[in-house]
Amino acid sequence: MAELGSARRLPRFGFLLMLLLLPGSSARRDLSGPNDTWRTAAGSALEEPHHRTNGSATHKKAFPVLDFNYEHVRIPFEISLWILLALFMKLGFHIIPRVSHVVPESCLLIFVGLLVGGIIKAMHDKAPILDTKLFFLYLLPPIILDAGYFLPIRLFTENLGTILVFAVVGTLWNAFFIGGMMFAICQIEVAHLGGVSLLSCLLFGSIVSAVDPVAVLAVFEEIHINELLYILVFGESLLNDAVTVVLYHLFEEFSHAGSVTMGDAFLGVLSFLVVSLGGILAGVVYGIVGAFTSRFTSHSRVIEPLFVFLYSYMAYLSAEVFHLSGIMSLIACGVVMRPYVEANISHKSYTTIKYFLKMWSSVSETLIFIFLGVSTVEGPHNWNWLFVVFTLVLCLVSRVLGVVGLTFIINKFRIVKLTKKDQFIVAYGGLRGAIAFSLGFLLPDDETKHMFLTAIITVIFFTVFVQGMTIRPLVELLAVKRKKESRRSINEEIHTQFLDHLLTGIEDICGHYGHHHWKDKLTRFNENYVKKWLISGERSAEPQLISFYNKLEMKQAMMLVESNSSARLPTFASAASLQNVQPKEAAPRRAIPSISKTREEEIRKILRANLQKTRQRLRSYSRHDLFMDPFEDNMSEVRFRKQQVDMERRMSHYLTVPAKRQETPSVRKVWFEPEHKVHTYDLDDGESPAGLSFRPKPRPPEGVDLVDEDTPQNTNQGTAQPGQEEKLKPSCCLSDPGPNTEEEA
Amino acid sequence: MGTLQSSAGHPLYTELSEKTGFSAEQIAVLHKRFKQLSHNEDILRRQHFDEIPDLSCNPIRSQITEAFFDKRNFSRSNEGKVNEIGFEEFLLVMSHFRPPSQSMTQEQRENVRREKLRFLFNMHDTDNDGTITLEEYRHVVEELLSRSGALEKETAKSIADAAMLEVASISVGHMEPDEFYEGITFEHFLKLLDGFEIESKMSIRFLNVDATTLCK
Repeated sequence: MAELGSARRLPRFGFLLMLLLLPGSSARRDLSGPNDTWRTAAGSALEEPHHRTNGSATHKKAFPVLDFNYEHVRIPFEISLWILLALFMKLGFHIIPRVSHVVPESCLLIFVGLLVGGIIKAMHDKAPILDTKLFFLYLLPPIILDAGYFLPIRLFTENLGTILVFAVVGTLWNAFFIGGMMFAICQIEVAHLGGVSLLSCLLFGSIVSAVDPVAVLAVFEEIHINELLYILVFGESLLNDAVTVVLYHLFEEFSHAGSVTMGDAFLGVLSFLVVSLGGILAGVVYGIVGAFTSRFTSHSRVIEPLFVFLYSYMAYLSAEVFHLSGIMSLIACGVVMRPYVEANISHKSYTTIKYFLKMWSSVSETLIFIFLGVSTVEGPHNWNWLFVVFTLVLCLVSRVLGVVGLTFIINKFRIVKLTKKDQFIVAYGGLRGAIAFSLGFLLPDDETKHMFLTAIITVIFFTVFVQGMTIRPLVELLAVKRKKESRRSINEEIHTQFLDHLLTGIEDICGHYGHHHWKDKLTRFNENYVKKWLISGERSAEPQLISFYNKLEMKQAMMLVESNSSARLPTFASAASLQNVQPKEAAPRRAIPSISKTREEEIRKILRANLQKTRQRLRSYSRHDLFMDPFEDNMSEVRFRKQQVDMERRMSHYLTVPAKRQETPSVRKVWFEPEHKVHTYDLDDGESPAGLSFRPKPRPPEGVDLVDEDTPQNTNQGTAQPGQEEKLKPSCCLSDPGPNTEEEA
Repeated sequence: MGTLQSSAGHPLYTELSEKTGFSAEQIAVLHKRFKQLSHNEDILRRQHFDEIPDLSCNPIRSQITEAFFDKRNFSRSNEGKVNEIGFEEFLLVMSHFRPPSQSMTQEQRENVRREKLRFLFNMHDTDNDGTITLEEYRHVVEELLSRSGALEKETAKSIADAAMLEVASISVGHMEPDEFYEGITFEHFLKLLDGFEIESKMSIRFLNVDATTLCK
């Protein structure tokens, strides 16, 4: 296939480019750059023209028509080249479907990294290594922000206790168990490892024990496991950052000091509290500031996404300044900021944020894995069979023991118990990744460091390759529950809220200040005070059910308009129309004249020119796919149902997004007269959209009225929201203007 | 419906425990609470519920209160409402919120699900006719939104309408224009909330009831 061929050619092209540049780079090592340290071979033919140009003229230099100055752009050039390489790899993998189904992407990328590293080593050049600063400051934050911003909050908070126990107690157990056992191993005469102190071993244990969010995300998103397990493993990988940070610094300090006292241990515990709570506090502060800022951005919508990114990044960096947990800060910032920011920003900004986050995190992840591969080939290794093998075995054993033991305790407090299958997946999903490697890299340079690094890399490779590849067949074998494909329906939302209130009420009747009670209090506090401060305009008073409904309606409307359905504009249901639901009241129905094909085409052209797509989130957290809207699948009935007999209502309103950047919500309405006249008119925000949508509705004889009372037609019903662009009044979709009596004001 | 001895001895508890599935200590705790709510009488009336301060900011408090006095929740064959309930009825209503135990078979789980969904269904179906009509559903949504201040009747109606449409399409599929969807029957309700995992969601941990923190 030509496609396949070109895709294969491109990476080779990338390689060639890189190889060309290796000799072409200058001899100067770049110490300050965050990236890499290329060391050059002797100058090559590429430098010739430069010399020639210089050498030819003796006194007067000829004006250089063509000059070569690579030094000027070396760093950005190389960075871009690496990123391009990563992207080509990604592209290549997805073109060959079978491979990517069996092998997770992370494995493939590491493999590519190994190849590249091998090539570079063969050329006797120093390859770029996964520099710790580069990793922690540039590569990690986008991934964490992407995951944190789209974290399913409800599920997360419901399982917070479990997640915390796994993250804190589990990681502590892992660290001490591995560290202690490794020290015991080192005491064995055979290994000649007597020089490794207890504290070094504990340090090593703390590095290698933490579950890595990047690796977990990379593997779990491909297997589409059910939400509970996903949130448990992923939440644990996020929250154990605080533990890792504290343990690492603790043991690092102590291994310099040489001994540990009780006071130090106490300080360690205190430090953990400070690190985690401090990180969260920093994130919350930045989140609130960010939300507040977004309240005023209605006048310059273009920079809205930047605020989100920058505030989050600042939260991360600020936390890192004080050695607080940057990851927790980032997550807290995203979580706090999101509901308010989404209420304030325009739809396009929201889409931009989503796309950019996914893009950055995707690139970051790819780069991380490639670099991991390259660094593996590159780094100085010290392979000690005993040490490495035992590390591997102990990691697995301690993980299993930890999960099983903790689950036993946790299940006493959970309503939904974790089954054996769940425990297995949680234990098996404890993947190590690049964070462990980077932390190991920070260790002081000596023999033990190389040994540690080798062991860490082995563990990473094992978990990513073996566990990553086998988890999918295991999941299928064990018939673990997969993610539910269901879309978020309005009924579920209603009942979720209903249940919340019901359970709160029952708790109040029982006098039990439980989970629901506090959640209810928090929600009320949020509604009454916080929202008023952080959300601009009318939306601050909007209850959640309504905003949910509006969002859903708008997406539905846009999608429906885009699709080829010309018939009707129902909202959620496809087959049943509203007159089926209404109590039967007399009146014969009037047949609706059909719309000709040409008219349809015209309309479609108009609409398509103005529409933008929205996509709705799937619950399987496939981060890199910009997901198919689940509505679309269910709408196939609608799409192909043209000119059906059950057209009581004609297509009445189409909402289009105004093409010009305009603050006021301008709704362009199009509908059809039987005489094939298309009326279009613009609605400016002076008028209530809701009112207008109801006005052209004299009591049609067929009695299909959604709004029983006619009187409040022209008044500004509570749903009018002038401050909001591209907002579809829910009433619009359901109302039926009747065929011939519209005149527009 | 049965009076209760003021000194609830153990044999009474065991009998209740068998009926409702609560453990003896849970029943003891709930009994304490019952006495508090009813000011040490043996029966609860609606005004006792109104006296609970936390309940007053709950948007669906009237429906919750009604659920306690709804005979359908006491046993399957009854219908209608009562004006006062005893401890046994209180327990029966509360037993709908027990979490499912881990050692349940699939069939038992299914039964538990049906029980809980039946409870919810009864809460919606206020006129006892076995279906949730559009009006009743609208009422539900309006109540839900009632706390948010401005009673946005239009939106509530639209939401309820959309929800009914959805139910109709899920349960009945394609309908001819002259067919009429009467309302949500219990079977449709089951199908609607199929993926909802109600048995774990609609549960309260009863043992932590601290009867000392309470209403005036």
